[in-house]
Amino acid sequence: MSSELTTLSATAASAKVKSGEVDPGELFEQWLERSRLDDLNALSWSADSVPAEIHADGPLGGVPLGVKDLFCTIGVPSQSGSKILEGYLPPYSATVVDALTAAGAPLLAKTHQDEFAMGSSNENCAFGPVLNPWDRGRVPGGSSGGSAAAVAAGLVPWALGTDTGGSIRQPAALCGVVGLKPTYGSVSRYGMIAFASSLDQAGPITNSVADAALLYSQMTGRDSHDSTSVDHPDPVTQVAAADLSGVRIGVPTELSGEGIEPGVLEAFNASLELAKSLGATVEPCHLPHAPHALSAYYLIAPAECSSNLARFDGVRYGLRVDPGEGLDAMYGATRSQGFGPEVRRRIMLGTYALSSGYYDAYYGRAQRVRTLISQDFDTAFESFDVIATPTSPCVAFELGSKTADPLSMYLSDFCTVPMSLAGIPAISIPNGLSEGLPVGLQLVGPAFSENRILGIAASLEAAIGFDGSAARL
Amino acid sequence: MIDRSEVLHIARLARLSLEETEIEAITAELSSILDHVDQISSLDLEGVEPTAHSVAQSGALRPDVTMESLAKDAVLSQAPATDGSGFEVPSPGGGS
Repeated sequence: MSSELTTLSATAASAKVKSGEVDPGELFEQWLERSRLDDLNALSWSADSVPAEIHADGPLGGVPLGVKDLFCTIGVPSQSGSKILEGYLPPYSATVVDALTAAGAPLLAKTHQDEFAMGSSNENCAFGPVLNPWDRGRVPGGSSGGSAAAVAAGLVPWALGTDTGGSIRQPAALCGVVGLKPTYGSVSRYGMIAFASSLDQAGPITNSVADAALLYSQMTGRDSHDSTSVDHPDPVTQVAAADLSGVRIGVPTELSGEGIEPGVLEAFNASLELAKSLGATVEPCHLPHAPHALSAYYLIAPAECSSNLARFDGVRYGLRVDPGEGLDAMYGATRSQGFGPEVRRRIMLGTYALSSGYYDAYYGRAQRVRTLISQDFDTAFESFDVIATPTSPCVAFELGSKTADPLSMYLSDFCTVPMSLAGIPAISIPNGLSEGLPVGLQLVGPAFSENRILGIAASLEAAIGFDGSAARL
Repeated sequence: MIDRSEVLHIARLARLSLEETEIEAITAELSSILDHVDQISSLDLEGVEPTAHSVAQSGALRPDVTMESLAKDAVLSQAPATDGSGFEVPSPGGGS
C-alpha cells in the first residue's frame, strides 16, 4: 500500500477509492497521521481512529473532511471558538455535515476559528491563535483560519468553512488555498452555530477549484430545518475549465485601487493580463455603493449577532458563572466571562444599533444601503459575466499587528463584504505571492452562478499555476 | 458619539456585566466604530426599500405534522444544572 496517499488531491483520492485502487480505511489512517502533525493550532479536535463506517461508494469516495468548529457534530466538541461553549457536545449534527458524511466524506478533524466567526485573523479564538503555515509569525486570516491553514499545511485534504463577510475567502487568500462562498440559501445553515443569520453561509476550502466543486456539489439543497434554504436551480456537478474567449470580466474601480497593497495589486493586474491573453475582455466597472458596504455590514452583522447570541445565557448549555445573586446576575456574569472582547464589542454595537431611538438611523439605514449594493451588482452583471477583485487588500499580517484597533481589522473585509450583503457567490483562488506570501484573486457572479465562476476560476487557476507546496508540513 | 451612560444602558440591555476598567475602553472603541459607520448617513436613501434578506422567498412552509425531536436526556446532558426533568436556574428574585 502506498504511503503517499495524502499527497493526492481530494478529487484524485476519491477517484482511486471508487476504482478500488485505494482502501478508504488506509486513506483515513494516513490522513489521521497527517492531522497529528499540527503545530499551527489549526485543529481543535481530531478523530482517534478510523470510523466504523465510511460511505466510500458515495460521490466523495471516502476522502476525510476537516470541519470548522462552529458546525455541530454529534458527540464531538463544537465550541465556535468560544469559552462559553467549551466542551459542548451537541446532541445532533449540522445538516451539511450529515450530508457530506453520507456522501463519503467522514469527519477527520474540527478546526479552530475566531470566536463565533467574528474576526479576520483567528486571534479572537478562545483557544489560542492559529498560525499561518507560510510564516508562523503571521495570521492565517479569519474567521475560518483553522480550516484554511489546515488545508494549506496538508493536515486535512479539504475542509468546511463559513463566510459571513469574507470568513472563507480572506483566510483562503492568506493561506494560498481555494475558498468558495456560495450563494446565500444554497447550503442549509441548520446546525451552524449562528453569527449573522442573513449573511452566514457554509462553503468549501480546498487545494483546487476541482476539489471545491466536488465538495460543494454534495452540500446544496433545500432543508426543512432551514426556511431560508433553497434548491439550487443549476446544481454543480463536474466543473470543467471554461473557455475564456469572449468572457467579459468587470473590474470594479472602487475595490481595485485605493487601499490595496501594491504587491497585491501587481499580482491582480498580472492575472487580468493572463485572462486577456486567454481571450477574455477585461474592463473597469462600477459598484458605486461598495465603499459603504463595510459600514452597512458592521451595523447589520452585529445587530443580528446581538440577537443570535442572546441564547448563551448559562441555562441550557455551555458555561454558567453564578455569583449567587439571582438569575439576572448569573446572566451578566456568564456572558461577560464567557464571551471574549470582540464578541462583547459586537454584541454591544448591535444592541445599540437596534435600540429604541437609534434603530432607524443605524439598522434601518444599513438595510437600505444593502439594497443599493445589490442593485449595483445587478447593474454590473448586465454588462459582465463575472467581476474580479483582489480578495484581501493585504497579504497575511503579523500576529498582534491589528488587535489594538478593531476598525483596522474590519478594513480587512473591504473587498469581500459587498458580495455577502448581496448574497451572491464568490470564490478566492491563489494568485501568486507577494513578499513570499500568498495573494488571493476573487471572482464573483450573480446568484446561483457557481458553475460559471468555478469554470472561469478553473481556467485561471491553470494559467496562474500556483505552487502551494512550501506551506505543507 | 456614545457616552458612558449609554454604554452602561446598552450593557444592561445585552446582559453584559462590564468591569469598571473596561468601560472607558469600550466607550472609545464603540465611538470610533460608530464614527466610521456613520458614513452612511450621508447617502440619500429616500424611497429605497430595506433588504432584510438576499433570498427573495417568503412563507417556506412545511406540512403541520408532528415530527421527532431531540431526546430530552440528550439535551439535558449539556445543561449546566438540571434536576433530570428540566433546566435549573437561580431564583429570578435574587439569591440562589
